Amino acid sequence: MYPFTYHRPDSLDEARARLAASEDGRPLAGGMSLMPTMRFRLASCADLVDLNAIEELAGIERRNGQIRIGAMTRHAAVAASPEVGEAIPALAALAASIGDVQVRNRGTIGGSICFADPAADYPAGVLGLGATVNTDRRAVAADDFFTGLYETALEDGELVTSVDFPIPERAGWAKLGNQASRFAVVAVMVSLAGGAARVAVTGARTHVFRAAEMEAALAANFAAEALDGIAMPSEGLNEDLHADRDYRAHLVGVMAKRAVRDALAR
Amino acid sequence: MAQVSVSFTVNGREVTATVDPRTLLVHFLREELKLTGTHVGCDTSQCGACTVHLDGRPAKSCALLAVQLEGCAITTIEGVAGADGMHPMQSAFKEHHGLQCGFCTPGMVMMGIDIASRHDAPSEETIRSELEGNLCRCTGYHNIVRSIAAGAQSMRG
Repeated sequence: MYPFTYHRPDSLDEARARLAASEDGRPLAGGMSLMPTMRFRLASCADLVDLNAIEELAGIERRNGQIRIGAMTRHAAVAASPEVGEAIPALAALAASIGDVQVRNRGTIGGSICFADPAADYPAGVLGLGATVNTDRRAVAADDFFTGLYETALEDGELVTSVDFPIPERAGWAKLGNQASRFAVVAVMVSLAGGAARVAVTGARTHVFRAAEMEAALAANFAAEALDGIAMPSEGLNEDLHADRDYRAHLVGVMAKRAVRDALAR
Repeated sequence: MAQVSVSFTVNGREVTATVDPRTLLVHFLREELKLTGTHVGCDTSQCGACTVHLDGRPAKSCALLAVQLEGCAITTIEGVAGADGMHPMQSAFKEHHGLQCGFCTPGMVMMGIDIASRHDAPSEETIRSELEGNLCRCTGYHNIVRSIAAGAQSMRG
């Protein structure tokens, strides 16, 4: 690991000031991606601003028909939350499917969506449920948040503070996890709210995306059979030693159907 | 880079140290405190051999900085045995031959204790699923699963 200066602010204001004062500052959330990346010297920074002591950034509450999850809320807390389990059980299931026990005890929703790994689970949850990402400066719709491979709409020094999830009528989660890492080879979050369906796919491209043709079919008939005959083009999909692009295209259809069945079973 | 002072407890003992901020907890435990029971298995945060309990919950000590632990309580494999001998989970691993080379065993035992604390009479399926973050290259897991089931039973008394 390259050397850095360590900061441990206990308020959001102090964290913002630390990042603003640094030419090369980086926030540290759960560290489940950033720590290994820094250790391999694939990432480095002059100032590491640890967000783990900022209590105002963690917590889950239901308000105004939404579930608000603080950026520093651990995956294990979301998976075990009665509020999430009651309102959006598919989101609790997503959190419970991330990595392993040790990772879920440390990893955070804010860290996951800001790192924006192409195979991370939370981006599909945020996009598939039509959530809003709140930062220290503004509110960003999920559709505008994920912009590329490890890239988001965040500006320099901008910090995610929480994510607001509207409570859908139905939502379902399905994932084919890599056998070793448990990252998604392909995973899909579907939801139905106010007659509109969302289908968000992670693991298949540079970043999470919505499958428009599937959404239209599910808005008309929210059933797995409605997806029969809708083929995902394999062009532009990820290809690696775990799955070639034709297999991934096939998996998008399979996972979308499983997610719909999951939604209907909840 | 500025050294940082940090205080936390390890196996109930107060530790105060001045460390380079980039020191990983696992290296601090092994090289500064000489608690070498916590192993470095993979260096990619996948194998779980470095699992310790952080405020009572399992975490991979290769993905934590020592400076992050101000005020925290760490338990390592050296801290689980009682005055009267091995922890019931350690005894179960011995009894059921839950190890071959032993390299992954500290992490497996720490995880087994956590599984037993969260699940009443965990099933084989539960144990296998909860062991997702702990890799063993020798046993094929059968005896590890058996050991944790038996250890959970003796922990319940």
